[in-house]
Amino acid sequence: MTAVPQTDAPAVGQTHLPTYDADAAPPVPRSSLGKPTLDERFALIGSWVAALALAWLITQRLLPLEGLPWFLIAWFVCGLAVNAVTASMSGGMVEVRDRVAASVVTVGAMIVGAVLVSAVVFVVVRGWRPLMHLNFFVDDMSGVGPKDPFDEGGVAHAVLGSLIQVGIAVAITLPLGVGTAVFMSEVGGRFARVVRTVVEAMTALPSIVAGLFIYTVFIVALGYPRSGLAAALAIGVMMLPIIARASDVVLRVVPGGLREASLALGASRWKTVWYVVLPTARPGLATACILGIARGIGETSPVLLTSGNAPFFVTNPTDGVMNSLPLFIYSTVRSGEPNSIARAFAAGTVLMAVVLVLFITARLIARPKKAKKVRPSRRLTGGTNRFGLNLRTADPLVEMGPVSSDGDTPYPPDSTEGAP
Amino acid sequence: MATTLPVPDTSTDVSPRRISRKSTGADAVFVQSIRVVGATVLVITGGVGIFLGWQAWPTLQHYGISFFTETTWQPEADILGIRAVLTGTICVALVAMSIAFPLALVTALYISEYAPSFLRSTLVSMVDLMAAVPSIIWGLWGYFLIMPHASELAVWLDRNFGWVPFFDVENADPNAPVVDISRYSFSMFCAGIAVAMMVLPMSCAVMRQVFSQTPPGEKEAALALGATKWGMIRAVVLPFGRGGIIGGTMLGLGRALGETIAVLLILSPSFEAKWRVLEIGGNTVSALIAGRFGDASKSQLSALLAAGFVLFIITLIVNTVAAVIVNRSRSGAGTDA
Repeated sequence: MTAVPQTDAPAVGQTHLPTYDADAAPPVPRSSLGKPTLDERFALIGSWVAALALAWLITQRLLPLEGLPWFLIAWFVCGLAVNAVTASMSGGMVEVRDRVAASVVTVGAMIVGAVLVSAVVFVVVRGWRPLMHLNFFVDDMSGVGPKDPFDEGGVAHAVLGSLIQVGIAVAITLPLGVGTAVFMSEVGGRFARVVRTVVEAMTALPSIVAGLFIYTVFIVALGYPRSGLAAALAIGVMMLPIIARASDVVLRVVPGGLREASLALGASRWKTVWYVVLPTARPGLATACILGIARGIGETSPVLLTSGNAPFFVTNPTDGVMNSLPLFIYSTVRSGEPNSIARAFAAGTVLMAVVLVLFITARLIARPKKAKKVRPSRRLTGGTNRFGLNLRTADPLVEMGPVSSDGDTPYPPDSTEGAP
Repeated sequence: MATTLPVPDTSTDVSPRRISRKSTGADAVFVQSIRVVGATVLVITGGVGIFLGWQAWPTLQHYGISFFTETTWQPEADILGIRAVLTGTICVALVAMSIAFPLALVTALYISEYAPSFLRSTLVSMVDLMAAVPSIIWGLWGYFLIMPHASELAVWLDRNFGWVPFFDVENADPNAPVVDISRYSFSMFCAGIAVAMMVLPMSCAVMRQVFSQTPPGEKEAALALGATKWGMIRAVVLPFGRGGIIGGTMLGLGRALGETIAVLLILSPSFEAKWRVLEIGGNTVSALIAGRFGDASKSQLSALLAAGFVLFIITLIVNTVAAVIVNRSRSGAGTDA
């Protein structure tokens, strides 16, 4: 490496070979390629600790910036600065940019996590006192005023109303939605394309407009009273395109080979759909439906227009006004009394618990069966369940549909797992 | 062992069997009945859209272009227009997107590139869970937890950046010894924060999905050439995911435009076409519908339906453009596998 031919070439584009420092200590071998070394970890943690001290100095001693928010902002800004300085000690501008970008991305993700946790914790804490009374879960609000103590009244009527309304909505939309999805993906043709276009367009329908539609048609034009049935129809109009589209997404990623094998064995199209396509897609369909239900149960605006607000148990959906959880929360929080607001937060906790249960059920159903036991080989089986159905790419929550329309993704989402 | 060849039977005229894709028997019943289901759904969903347009038509005809230029909503005086609510809708959506977009982008990048692999699926579930949190919960969160802090931030913004028309607040002095904080609360800014948390998980999920589709070969090539992680993200992941970033953001925008309950809870209604997002008051199309449907006569209902129709059309355009952009990026065009 010593014999470097020196030429008098122009300076532009000249290559400098690195010079070696013979006295330097031998490099420490890295334990692994992907992980940071001890030095790097020390620099990272040290930078943030230094930034914490700096932030304290700035906000508490130097500048008149009071309160926790300013302290956190100062910590973040100082952290970026100190990180940049420590990075520039060991590398150039490229390294500084890398470290700063990593900090920004990590802190941004932490903010989002903090927001989610703060929302959940805040609602539970504010609604804690009513939740401590058992009658909150079994009573209704008839005869209970906004100022009454927490050992009277409850939200059982709202829970019951929500379940009845969503139950009716699901009973209507589930067969229609899944049937339409089967039609769009299994029968096909020009008409199916028209249906798919219209259904996809109607997923853009704002929920309040769905409520206004039912209000105009069902209540004003046809003259029915506000009732649980009207609310169920409004939720149904909102949910139908969502469920149809999500189911279509799931059915489209069922491998075509399975269908062809079934048809080649002599099964009719009906039998193919019933015994091959639907069982293969069952976990995905269940996920799609449960997430649609979670969306329907939490949506306030269609219910606000159509159901009316009853403080007592109503079991007949065609018989006048009927309450539901989101509507109960909205109307009690509007009254402004501290006790009412606490009740609204408690009802919010119940609503979140219901949604959480639905959500966990959906995740358990959709979970790949073997993914936990054997680490999947990198290119072939990332996130597929035992039917070869890739549920990650067919996640119905992502309303964009499968990432690759033929269901045979060249790069499954987990294939980059081993990248450093 | 001799092999006997089959002797072709020439006595009858053999012609190839006719192959028909036409269903017979139970299959025909299945195909026809499932087609009826599809047609029903087409009628229901398409009917909503056509009904909205049909109901909106008399209003649009009656008020003409003034329906889009008038700010007030006074049906009893026969003056109404959606300029104020349309401005408010766009303002709230813009505030929401300017908060949600950077957070969604960095969260998606964190999950797909920075997070340790054992955490990744948990984080994905958390983002999905965030999408499942009902909007009324985000409304409560925004109203009770965020708004006090947000109005203080609004005072600070007005004090230091009041010369920007966006951040100006009329009839309030941010430098007064006791600032009138009520002028800074119940604003489109506060409502936008709550809406941002609703649309963030949706944008984030789309972005993450597109990022995770980045060809690993190109990422590894960038790293092998000596790129840092950020260099690899800038050179490979972001260009590859550009369609997903734009499309996910626009999908979120479509959702933000139609959001009702958080806006209704936080924003104090006023009919003024203004871009001063920090100031108290404002209105959106969906909040207008939710607030005015109860005491509306037949013609007013038609006007509300017209407003809803306009909102639906805007959302539809945004969503369609988003779908086209994401679809185009989905093919992975421009990269060799």
